[in-house]
Amino acid sequence: MTMEVAVLAMLLGVLLGLALAMVRMSGNRSVTWFAVGWIELARNTPALLQLFFFGFGLGAFGLHLSPFMIVLCGLSFNNAGYLAETFRGGFNAVPPTQLKAARSLGMTLGQSYIRIVIPQVLRVVYHPMTNQMVWSVLMSSLAMLVGYRELAGETQFLASKTYRIFEFFLVAAVIYYLMVKLILVGSRLLSWRLFRY
Amino acid sequence: MIEVKGVRKSFGDLEVLKGIDLVVEKGEVISVIGASGSGKSTMLYCVNALESIDSGHIIVDGVDVHSRDTNVNRLRTNIGMVFQQWNSFPHLTTLENVALAPRIVLGKSKQEALEIARKQLEHVGLVDKLDVYPSRMSGGQQQRLAIARALAMEPNYMLFDEVTSALDPELVGEVLDTLRLLSDEGMSMIVVTHEIGFARDVSDRVAYFHEGKIEELGPPSQVLDNPESQQTRKFLANVR
Ligand SMILES: Nc1ncnc2c1ncn2[C@@H]1O[C@H](COP(=O)(O)OP(=O)(O)OP(=O)(O)O)[C@@H](O)[C@H]1O
Ligand SMILES: [Mg+2]
Repeated sequence: MTMEVAVLAMLLGVLLGLALAMVRMSGNRSVTWFAVGWIELARNTPALLQLFFFGFGLGAFGLHLSPFMIVLCGLSFNNAGYLAETFRGGFNAVPPTQLKAARSLGMTLGQSYIRIVIPQVLRVVYHPMTNQMVWSVLMSSLAMLVGYRELAGETQFLASKTYRIFEFFLVAAVIYYLMVKLILVGSRLLSWRLFRY
Repeated sequence: MIEVKGVRKSFGDLEVLKGIDLVVEKGEVISVIGASGSGKSTMLYCVNALESIDSGHIIVDGVDVHSRDTNVNRLRTNIGMVFQQWNSFPHLTTLENVALAPRIVLGKSKQEALEIARKQLEHVGLVDKLDVYPSRMSGGQQQRLAIARALAMEPNYMLFDEVTSALDPELVGEVLDTLRLLSDEGMSMIVVTHEIGFARDVSDRVAYFHEGKIEELGPPSQVLDNPESQQTRKFLANVR
């Protein structure tokens, strides 16, 4: 459950983050303010408040999302804000002359991005993205506060039923720890495969 | 043949090319010299449509470069370009750097593309670096890699934009030798350079750029050794 919501929120975060980064880099005044606002809010306000906004905040306007949706929206919103800046940094790290060189060989704009620019961006954003994934998993624990039972919520539920609070939370902590380690090790292995230069 | 006719180009209020006329015959080597900001790079970019032009025409082997109907990607395979900053693709090996465009642009098979790449890398003296990543190579080697990569498209023309300016002095020679080799093989090229000695050696003609115009154009014996224009004389006095 935790993994499911964290992974989904990460996927959405990547897509939205990319879109925000593009909008921000486009320099189109009429839409940049939206991207900048999103990024600022996501990065500079507590994640918990962001989650509450999608829960109680929208609820106040009569829009009631399911707990799963609340967590998914909150985490995706937050991920997208952080990843947008990561991606922007990644694109800025690739010299514009790389694109010129690719085009001068007759590659189309699409080919140049897919073969030349994006692989280099990926390398720059890879570790920050891994960190964001870990963050996403850990933050899913906040979901218990909006009533969605992922790992931490389940623990609290069971703990409150049986009163063996300490044990249950210890188990939850170990499970979180293992999940994060798994992600980090997986990411390390994948990076050896991907980046040989 | 490259024909540049009355080309004008501005960036905002700044007119960078103020009516350039230049013809490069098949097999001819033209060196372009001139002060920083005189429009040398901009002209090269216009020749392979990396920059647009405001007026005039550029015709390469009968193809109007800036016409709407021109397929610029096809056109660019006929015009190789090498830049001041060696733009080797850092995530690809030397061999992959050169083989990529023949495969995805010219549609060669993987086998053919690798064959072409190996041949061109041998051409520029990099056969012992095929599986090395560019970060492991010197600037001179990376610049030769960029030359091989452009040659792999079998262009009729090569454009060189100050390809030795960013190199450590001891690496300039190997790159200039590669250009000499190409010129001996009959490649048609436009070479923007600050290396006056090199320009004298290899060029059929030298063009001196001054504030967006070609101030003087002629054989090296004229432009470099016996310039008619006051401006050219001044420039050369400062370079030496
Ligand atoms: N993309 C651009 N946008 C705005 N101005 C530009 C752009 N490219 C070049 N310029 C300006 O046009 C002028 C000519 O530039 P160009 O690069 O062609 O000069 P150059 O002769 O190649 O000089 P250098 O020897 O320094 O390379 C310069 O003043 C430069 O600042
Ligand atoms: Mg220049």
